[in-house]
Amino acid sequence: MTKNLTQNLTVKIWRGTAEDGAFETYSVPSLKSQSVLDVVTYVQRHLDETLTYRFACRVGMCGSCAMTVNGMPRWTCRTHVDKVCDNNQLIIEPLRNLEIIRDLATDMAPFFEKWQKANAKFEGKLSRHDKIPTIDPTDKKRQAASAAIECINCAVCYSACDTVAARSDYVGPAALNRAWSLVNDEKHVGQTGLKKAIKTDGGCYSCHSHGSCSQSCPVGLDPAGSIGSLKRAYSLFGQRT
Amino acid sequence: MSDALSYMLQRLTAAILAPLVLLHLGLIIYAIEGGLSAGEILSRTQANILWPVLYGVFVVAVAIHAPLGLRNIIREWIGKSGPVVDGLMAVFALVLLLCGARAVMAISG
Repeated sequence: MTKNLTQNLTVKIWRGTAEDGAFETYSVPSLKSQSVLDVVTYVQRHLDETLTYRFACRVGMCGSCAMTVNGMPRWTCRTHVDKVCDNNQLIIEPLRNLEIIRDLATDMAPFFEKWQKANAKFEGKLSRHDKIPTIDPTDKKRQAASAAIECINCAVCYSACDTVAARSDYVGPAALNRAWSLVNDEKHVGQTGLKKAIKTDGGCYSCHSHGSCSQSCPVGLDPAGSIGSLKRAYSLFGQRT
Repeated sequence: MSDALSYMLQRLTAAILAPLVLLHLGLIIYAIEGGLSAGEILSRTQANILWPVLYGVFVVAVAIHAPLGLRNIIREWIGKSGPVVDGLMAVFALVLLLCGARAVMAISG
């Protein structure tokens, strides 16, 4: 990496927990093609080894490095500093709507528990000895399932959602996006449980269609569109009432 | 009331209210611009059953729509929900219905 040490970045990072924490300011050398994760890593390796944060793949595959950067939830590994830097300053916080374990690391357990609550897990009926049924990739339902299927559970949409912030029982956009994928999956046999979970309080009808989830999704998925489709499909006039 | 039923009722009543609100606003402007007196307005509304029916539907839709919206605001902004809030919203709906019914009766003579 070519170093371009013309100026330093002013980086404010949240330290501590929600109840007992504050921003600390660090000065980090500005480099060419620098990601926000590079900045956080620099702070931990050179300025304060006690900084706690989470990452794994560093290439946008795992979703574990999601944080709030200058007010927006993002994958820090895929966010270039020069795209989000404001007056040479970065403000890095943990993801919203999740309890802070320490510094930039949040407890993801409630996020995954809500996937279970939404019944958004695949259930098949075939064994390895059965013939795999042919699925037509051009089928409308399959295309709807495929459009929503690439979610990697990073919780960026969950963090961006104001309804999640307002209602603790709301399962959130990621779980409902997954549910919409399963509704359209011919191989999924748990449709009854899925329907019940989707229609129950805290399900798709709690969403206000703000669209923050779709705006922030790093994969470019459209959870708001999936939730809207669920609302239509299960409404009084829908096809799946 | 479940989220699903509340959602459907609020959207259905919104669909009814959207054209009726526009009609109501248009009527207000028309009546004022035309310089109609209260008596003249009442004589027109009392002459045709369509007006009380129209405003009757308006009032019922408002009495359903507004408490459901307020219930959501109370739940999400103040963090209160349950039977007490639902009971208060039922009272609010009843007040809207009675006030509206009184106005409808007045224009229908």
